[in-house]
Amino acid sequence: MDLENQGTIKQLVDEHGAADLVVVLGAGELEAIKIAAETVTSGDPAYAGPLAGVSLGLPVFHILEAALKDEVPSALYEEKLGMYAMLYDSAELSTTLGGFRGGAG
Amino acid sequence: MRTFPVIREAALVLAHMPNLVRYGSKPFREVQQSNGELLARLRPRLRDYAAALAYLPNQVFLGNAAPEALKEADRPWYAKPVPEARRFGAFGEIMPEEEFYCLLRRADQFDLLWLREEFLRQAEPQLREHPLLAAAGAGEGAGGTKPKGRDLAAILAQIERGAAMPLEHGGEVVGCIRRAHEIDPSLWCEVLLENLATKASGALALRHLLQRLEVEPGAVSYLLSCSEEAVGDRYNRGGGNLAKAIAEEVGCVNASGSDVKAFCAGPVYALVHAAALVQAGVFENVVVVGGGSLAKLGMKCMGHLEKEMPILEDCLAAMAFWVGPDDGRSPRLRLDAVGKHNVSYGASPQGMLEALVVEPLRRHGLGLCDVDRYAVELHNPEITEPAGSGNVPRANYRMLAAIAAMRGEIERGDIDAFVARRGMVGFAPTQGHVPAAVPYVAHALPALREGRLRRAMFIAKGSLFLGRMTQLADGMSFILEAREEVA
Repeated sequence: MDLENQGTIKQLVDEHGAADLVVVLGAGELEAIKIAAETVTSGDPAYAGPLAGVSLGLPVFHILEAALKDEVPSALYEEKLGMYAMLYDSAELSTTLGGFRGGAG
Repeated sequence: MRTFPVIREAALVLAHMPNLVRYGSKPFREVQQSNGELLARLRPRLRDYAAALAYLPNQVFLGNAAPEALKEADRPWYAKPVPEARRFGAFGEIMPEEEFYCLLRRADQFDLLWLREEFLRQAEPQLREHPLLAAAGAGEGAGGTKPKGRDLAAILAQIERGAAMPLEHGGEVVGCIRRAHEIDPSLWCEVLLENLATKASGALALRHLLQRLEVEPGAVSYLLSCSEEAVGDRYNRGGGNLAKAIAEEVGCVNASGSDVKAFCAGPVYALVHAAALVQAGVFENVVVVGGGSLAKLGMKCMGHLEKEMPILEDCLAAMAFWVGPDDGRSPRLRLDAVGKHNVSYGASPQGMLEALVVEPLRRHGLGLCDVDRYAVELHNPEITEPAGSGNVPRANYRMLAAIAAMRGEIERGDIDAFVARRGMVGFAPTQGHVPAAVPYVAHALPALREGRLRRAMFIAKGSLFLGRMTQLADGMSFILEAREEVA
């Protein structure tokens, strides 16, 4: 995850507390999704950004998971995300990110 | 049947400049920050000319192999040199560094670029044997008589007092690029070298274009440069008109010109503008020229160093296209099927592709499967993947296929088949505007003429947000069509 995004997330946690935050990912490659999920749960694996050694334990989801799809008006979802939904396996994303959510997901 | 302008010919060239990699924007900054340590790491990973020549993506770029060759070739491509690779290809050439240094000097009218006398004595005769440059006045260029080569002491003195940057070749200093102003950063040496590199490489591409057409420079009516460099001084940074400088360099004495800029989408805009100027009868013909981008040399070098690969971004790439009225033979640029991205569409990638691809096809009652081949950003994945940027063309093709699936034109299970059939492997160097779809024009022209393709679509996108003036992205597309009217 790029350093700027890490900084933004850290700042949001400092302002609002981790209890009221959920991270929603939109990243493309599965590998990048895993790294981002690790960064906001256990800390930056590259040990380079503001979240290096910072274990936030935030619940993390992907926008293409079924649980989130229901939160978005269907016309808007179709307009902005219908294309991506064709390219991803929503169940695979849930399994992958479920592992990072532990009991929270 | 309505007539449309045609693209008659295209030329693509490379200049292999390993010793300029250090002046790419990324390495330049990193070398300064590391007190030169990075330069020591870079040097052993730079490729020699033979390796760059025999690199399959470069041979595809020059037209000595089809893009399909990359599908079949095992990676890493850099470890499998092409046997019998050729300097001159169907579309242009890959020029060695020592010759391009001389070309840079020819393009310089302000005594900015100094080369050593010994170096010139060895390199200039090579250039005089060049089929397109022998007639250019034995090193005089358009700038009139040049002073002789300089001696090393004078060059080193310029560098030592901070007024110039060294130019190296074969492990030694062979010249320098001097600043034109002490306090105007727009005229510092690094910027002037960028601008000269664009001018000289763009001019080389134009010479190849004219040779392929067997047309005299005097026949060109108008030039549009789609190069990205910001030529100007501090009062008009980016003021531009590199087009006119390139026209002069090549001897297009009956032409004028101007620049079209739109980040990486610039070349597609320029081709559409060129076609419109021809269609309207404003000019008899328009040449679109895009010069190489020094700033992007070595852009992904950190990734390449980490993976212990050669530094693959070591070539300047340039291109030129001839747009003219319908000649009854060449593929037509369908001005009634141009795709544009309106402000109201925002920045979502899905909206972008619907605007650029679905909408212009729908206007003619066509679907995504009515286009035989799509050209998107054609970045060579071997360059981008080690730096974490993924396979850019593949991601774009998958998005196109997903839209076709969403619209029920293909099955979801046929996404990969759509990509394989209508896409291609990226073969262009990561030179910003250069990989933006249009290098495939050179491959598409013969395929469209010979009936191997009926319709090809060229899609380019621009990252406007990089300039911090808008959050918007941008894009434009056009269709090239074979002669036979297709239902």
